[in-house]
Amino acid sequence: MNFQNFIANLPYMGKGMVGILIVMGAIILTTILLNKIFSEKK
Amino acid sequence: MDFIEFLYENVVNNFSWQMLVMWAIGGILIYLAIKKDMEPTLLLPIGFGAILVNLPGVMQKVVDEAGKPILDAFGNEQYSAGPLTTLFEAGIANELFPLILFIGIGAMIDFGPLLSNPKLMIFGAAAQFGIFFTFCMASMFFDIKDAASIGIIGAADGPTSIVVAQKLNSQYVGAIMVAAYSYMALVPIIQPPVIKLLTSKKERLIRMPYTAKSVSKMTKILFPIIITAIAGLVAPESVYLVGFLMFGNLIRECGVLNSLSDTAQNVLANLITIFLGITIASKMFYAQFLKPETLMILGLGLIAFIFDTAGGVIFAKLLNIFLPKDKKINPMIGAAGISAFPMSGRIVHKMGLKEDPQNFLLMHSMGVNVSGQIASVIAGGLILKFFG
Repeated sequence: MNFQNFIANLPYMGKGMVGILIVMGAIILTTILLNKIFSEKK
Repeated sequence: MDFIEFLYENVVNNFSWQMLVMWAIGGILIYLAIKKDMEPTLLLPIGFGAILVNLPGVMQKVVDEAGKPILDAFGNEQYSAGPLTTLFEAGIANELFPLILFIGIGAMIDFGPLLSNPKLMIFGAAAQFGIFFTFCMASMFFDIKDAASIGIIGAADGPTSIVVAQKLNSQYVGAIMVAAYSYMALVPIIQPPVIKLLTSKKERLIRMPYTAKSVSKMTKILFPIIITAIAGLVAPESVYLVGFLMFGNLIRECGVLNSLSDTAQNVLANLITIFLGITIASKMFYAQFLKPETLMILGLGLIAFIFDTAGGVIFAKLLNIFLPKDKKINPMIGAAGISAFPMSGRIVHKMGLKEDPQNFLLMHSMGVNVSGQIASVIAGGLILKFFG
């Protein structure tokens, strides 16, 4: 068991979670924009 | 007599006690599939295949002309399961089967509830925490590519796990696939205790009224195209994973390909599932499967699912700190961000009803659950970007 590896790989955890949050954030904004542009008229 | 001699020789020469263990594992998977209705579409073929490949004399060691075993890149002996190995090379080694299955899955998904409340997608992202936490844990015991392949069990998505493990050339593909599908089936057992541990009764009672908002057809058509483009720009390695999923969804939403959509959702998905399930078993020969590492992978897979659940719930609790009293989020819906669709969404809804029979969380939890499907594929792409 190499605990040093756990510590050494924590930056990947940070990058990965930030990456997913950024991509999902972009998708959220895009979807909000799509809803605004193509909202169904009542 | 020749036949009896053959039978005797086959049993004596080729039988190993570890085969009995694999028969038992196969039997347990079949029992869970039939009696407990746990992911029967995958667990039953995997269980049957595990018994099949562990019958004496079925698996043949791959040798050269001199009879010397040909080792793989990891120095392990290789075995051929005849047509199952052919199927494996044809559809899993090149990631074809899981990608085609994704077309069917995409055609099954209705993104409507999610598109009407897109902010829920953030919980899908948060619930992928288990992937990266498990990767860090696994890196203490395995090399980096195997650790990443084990971490992706937390995607709670079979095709993503298969594609990533294959692309990273993990030597534990069999164990990873069994872990991924088994834990997906066990989500109703894994998630509730974690959710209860991390939430208070008051939090579980938070009501989230749902107002149905219509989503235009144009939005539903453009959504899969734009998501593919975004994913492809950010992580080109994920474009086939995301693209095939979104292609299936586009077939569903365009409105002019109903027969293709129907075929993708039913015939195609079922056909590929049959091949996928039994082909995975070609990696369950006892010599390849029964190793201490397999138990470790099963343990790490459980950690992945637990920390996925925890990631989603804790993120919701953190958001609640900043939200006004009448806009609080029921933190249980964060747990639905795990990609086990639609089970996870239903579990959260049932837990909400159990606390308060008037608290209907279904539309929120299903929206989050669907977003988890997208987020898990993005996570897979990022893993491939980092370690591919």
